[in-house]
Amino acid sequence: MNRRPVFLITCLCFGFAFFYIPILSIIVFSFNKSRLVSVWGGFSTQWYGKLFENDQIIEAAKLSLSIALVSATIATILGTMAGIALARFKRFRGRTLFSGLVTAPLIMPEIITGISSLMLFILMADWIGWPGERGFTTVTIAHITFSMTYVTTIIHARLSSTDISIEEAALDLGSRPWQVLTDITLPVIAPALLSGWLLAFTISIDDVVITNFTTGPGATTLPILIWSKVKLGVTPDINALATMIILIVGVLVVTAGIIMHRAEARRERDIQMAINANT
Amino acid sequence: MHASDLQRPDPLIRIEHLTKQFGDFTAVDNVSIGIEKGELFALLGGSGCGKTTLLRMLAGFETPSAGRIFIDGKDVTNSPPYERPVNMMFQSYALFPHMSVEKNVAYGLKHENMTDAQRRDRVREMLDLVQLTPLAGRKPHQISGGQRQRVALARALAKQPKVLLLDEPLAALDKKLREHTQFEIANIQYKTGITFVVVTHDQEEAMTLASRIAVMDKGIVRQIGSATDVYEYPNSRFVAGFIGSITMFEGVVTESNKTHTLVEAPQTGGIIRARADQRLSPNQKVTIAVRPEKIALSRERPENEANVLSGIVQDLGYFGKDSLYRVKLPSGLVLSVNSVNSRRAGENERIAQWEDQVWLSFDPSSVILLTE
Repeated sequence: MNRRPVFLITCLCFGFAFFYIPILSIIVFSFNKSRLVSVWGGFSTQWYGKLFENDQIIEAAKLSLSIALVSATIATILGTMAGIALARFKRFRGRTLFSGLVTAPLIMPEIITGISSLMLFILMADWIGWPGERGFTTVTIAHITFSMTYVTTIIHARLSSTDISIEEAALDLGSRPWQVLTDITLPVIAPALLSGWLLAFTISIDDVVITNFTTGPGATTLPILIWSKVKLGVTPDINALATMIILIVGVLVVTAGIIMHRAEARRERDIQMAINANT
Repeated sequence: MHASDLQRPDPLIRIEHLTKQFGDFTAVDNVSIGIEKGELFALLGGSGCGKTTLLRMLAGFETPSAGRIFIDGKDVTNSPPYERPVNMMFQSYALFPHMSVEKNVAYGLKHENMTDAQRRDRVREMLDLVQLTPLAGRKPHQISGGQRQRVALARALAKQPKVLLLDEPLAALDKKLREHTQFEIANIQYKTGITFVVVTHDQEEAMTLASRIAVMDKGIVRQIGSATDVYEYPNSRFVAGFIGSITMFEGVVTESNKTHTLVEAPQTGGIIRARADQRLSPNQKVTIAVRPEKIALSRERPENEANVLSGIVQDLGYFGKDSLYRVKLPSGLVLSVNSVNSRRAGENERIAQWEDQVWLSFDPSSVILLTE
């Protein structure tokens, strides 16, 4: 039977259209000369120029980036520790409770996490006088508590599928537990660490809800800035900004994809070589 | 009653009344073993018999619930793995996937007090020993299963431990490679003189490799002895049935003196004559066990044999070098008889065919009497 599955192809086209037409329209309209978002007034790159002259946007982008870098790094460290505890310490008191507590924020509505973080910061300011004002620090802390959960889940899954005997072998060969961690466990789960970090970074950099609750005056992240600007109507410079973000994300994803594909292809070739050498 | 051989003078590994419980389950139950320096000792048993748990307690990965372990006179019962003069070869080999063959072998040496040159020499020596020098730069996923097994062996031997523990060292290899590797392991053990403790579920592997075997069942050591001991002189129904094949049936001692033992066995319709056994007394119930290759099969009634039985060939298997007959006695008891095909004969010239009436005979010395 050689008939093309027309129905399937139609579904596929609709699917892609659903995903990409909004994105394409943003890209197209970012090159719009007109001030009106929905009216095409000819090709221009003026909005990109305006973007780089806009200090507010540049500042917000810098703030978002530094919050994401710091929170992703700390979340990865803490999340890895929790993941190791869950995967490797088989029998300790309250393990199930710990596991539940760690993963609960995954299903907790973001708005609840946001409110509770805000409440905590207000109470802490009352009791111990810290944090004095909300901004970079409070947003970073809130992002860490939230994104750490994702890192924990990734690391736990990765460790559960890793043969524990390689760690035992290292102990057996004379390494102390902390040496086993640095020599064996961390290098072996390095890809999971990287994907955990990237996920935490992504979660942090596009978060609106939690940031909204935990930030203060003077600390406006990029998503919050976009949100507040869009409330007054979508302007073409937002389209330009969105296009830049799409470009950066696209380049990152494609690069990561190529690197992983090459590594996988090399690995398969090596295995094939080993099999051939053996016979 | 537990098998014990602590009487041996000053063994290298002394395991005293070792017990390990996981919740309600007793994995290892009051085990005492002494292993001499330079021995190739096998722990043999089916899955769940506690052999691996015992090995892991020797390595330091499990803490005993009770009992003590001494290695070279030092109590190591509660020492962590990295403080024991013991190295282990894992069933999965547990090679470090992100390190080359050479780095894997060298890993344990970084904790040893030696110069870089000494370290390099030792690694080269180990790679030579397992013939992997040309593959030193490869990663574990770039080499075959048999090569990985040798890397694991070289890595465990590099620190020159007092004891090498091997967890099912051949289980992951195919049959042909297994036979070859078996001799290689024995050879390396001989060359290095290191004491090997091997865990295996494969009785042939245990018998060809080991100088002594501990047969384990449900956490208990049933018997410790050489391959010949456990095969020819099993001390219990379990060991007799676990190692090789055997026919067992019940009987009652009628006479026990300095020259012989007579046992009445209703299933054979008569008296079985066995060697003298001081432990037995009249009216004692025993299990009579005879190995298939110890029984002679003939068409005519044999003369001057102590134990003669008659039956009908129920089943017949031809394996080339030998044949297996299953002979049914009038009582319904079926005896397995293994007969070597020492003469070339066509199918019609065999000693016996299906449904033939045959005679079985065996020497009193071949009869094993078991009370446990």
